[in-house]
Amino acid sequence: MIENPPIPSPGAEAVVTAQGVAMRFGPRTIFKDVTFEVRRGEVFVILGGSGCGKSTLLKLLIGLMPPSKGEIRVLGGDWNALEGEARRALLRRIGVMWQSGALLGSLTLAENIKLPIEAHTRLPEAARALMASAKLGLVGLGDAAERLPAEISGGMLKRAGIARALALDPEILFLDEPGAGLDPITSAGLDALILSLARETGTTFIVVTHELASILAIGDRCIMLDKDAQGMIAEGNPRKLRDESEHPTVRAFFRREAM
Amino acid sequence: MVGVHGPAQMPSSPFQAETEGGRLVLRFAGALDTPTAAARWEEAHRAAKAGGPLTIDAEGVASLDSGGAALLVSLARLGEAEWREPREAAPRGALERFRNALPAAPAPPKPKPFQPLTNIGAATLDRLRALGGRMAFLGETVLASLRLLPRPWRIRWAEVLRHLDEAGTRAFPLCILLGTLIGVILAFQSSVPMRQFGAEIFIPQLVGISLTRELGPLLASIILAGRTGSAYAAELGTMRVNEEVDALKTMGLDPVAWLVVPRILASTLVMPALTMVMNVTGIIGMMIVMATLGFPPVAVLNQLEQWLSVQDLAGGLGKAAIFGLAIGYVGCRAGLSAGRGPRAVGDAATGAVVGGIVALVVLDGIFAILFFRLGW
Repeated sequence: MIENPPIPSPGAEAVVTAQGVAMRFGPRTIFKDVTFEVRRGEVFVILGGSGCGKSTLLKLLIGLMPPSKGEIRVLGGDWNALEGEARRALLRRIGVMWQSGALLGSLTLAENIKLPIEAHTRLPEAARALMASAKLGLVGLGDAAERLPAEISGGMLKRAGIARALALDPEILFLDEPGAGLDPITSAGLDALILSLARETGTTFIVVTHELASILAIGDRCIMLDKDAQGMIAEGNPRKLRDESEHPTVRAFFRREAM
Repeated sequence: MVGVHGPAQMPSSPFQAETEGGRLVLRFAGALDTPTAAARWEEAHRAAKAGGPLTIDAEGVASLDSGGAALLVSLARLGEAEWREPREAAPRGALERFRNALPAAPAPPKPKPFQPLTNIGAATLDRLRALGGRMAFLGETVLASLRLLPRPWRIRWAEVLRHLDEAGTRAFPLCILLGTLIGVILAFQSSVPMRQFGAEIFIPQLVGISLTRELGPLLASIILAGRTGSAYAAELGTMRVNEEVDALKTMGLDPVAWLVVPRILASTLVMPALTMVMNVTGIIGMMIVMATLGFPPVAVLNQLEQWLSVQDLAGGLGKAAIFGLAIGYVGCRAGLSAGRGPRAVGDAATGAVVGGIVALVVLDGIFAILFFRLGW
């Protein structure tokens, strides 16, 4: 059982800020006027139903595409203004776990994890191997280091994806649907791992998910996006939102009430 | 008070080696991060190898990341090491987490025994199994086609039309370009020796017969193998990876009848058309060259009419249809037998093109012998 985590002090520095962010694809508005900040060391959850733009928002936050409007700053940097070495330096400080793991199919798990270490540091092979082995051990895949991604299950792929995202001890870890498609025990294990990393290493987590159990177990703060409102409809502590929110969509989401 | 060490307070060297009562002590202090570990890796390992018993003194380490922890653990593994843990909580936790996550003992790589007989046997069995798989797929395809033969309305004709469009209509521009160029090239190349005998008027026969009987079908099939065979393999391979093929099976639909038969039917039907485009454009290309050599189109057409028989044309088109059948079959088989993962789909596409071209050259050889024996 995961205990409710202590919320980081409200005075902690903001590591991610989004100010009036809007995203449009052609004539279609995904969301508009999204404003929030994420403080160092907290587990921040972006939640909402299917098609509300959670994954799009994540892509904006990690600099894969620019927002149509508004400003996003990650660790003080604006992706649009960063190029070359400065962009690489910022990329080194974040880690991303993709929904399906997104491991390279032709490399073993250990080689996949060595990849970012090789790209960003000058550590010798012995050090890279030790680090890969430690990261895999951390997510419980110590014995699968030499296996190929095609040979392991979906849950193992996700955990390997987290291990790769953790390779360089990032300050912020972005996770896209970490619990989706996992059994409750594996999912709870993953939640425990996220919490322990957040509390012990001070890593900030930004998690996109709609798994209710996960949100309540790990989330310090959350924002909720909604497709019909085309933007944010709630912000705050998820347990508080569950107990106190009067917004019909938020109530429906947390209490599984039909709308 | 334990504070965060600023850069000014950090010792000049984050690591020192000294001997204390016969033990080599490697003392680390300050911020031990990845760049520091990378810079000091060689130096620290050289120092550690010098002595026997070892103490890793990390008491003064103020901050530690995975790279730094890897350095400490790697040194500790060099001998009988004794640890002095960091005094501060954060690096102590980081080191402990790193050590706990590592497997208890590094697994030694298993040496592979050298067993030539077993290896040859296993390889042979693999080949035989693959051959068996091919035969089974051929059988399934033939059976599915035979089952559909008396009930042609059960064939997915919309799908056949889509594939006819993709393999045929969309390949026309390429066929027109290649056909014209081949006609031009053949005419020019043959005009050189023919001119020595004053026999340029026979160029139309030479180009016409070689195009309709041989080059038209061959080039059209190479286009089909490159464009369509590989596309079949990639499409079906991806469907297999996405479990769409299994989904069809569980819905009680035969994947061969549903996916393979329309594709093979389309590639078979489309080949005579592509060949015809190659033939006609090739002859037009040849006529352009002939015009530059001073022979009007009427003279060329007269020659063709006299020497080119319907049999030549029909033989070529018939051959083309068989080539289309083979290329479609090879492409579908490569796709449906693909493994998992993005690499497997690429392998399937390559296999489809290579297999398709080999199959059509082998078939062409058989046709050459057959036509020669039959006197066609």
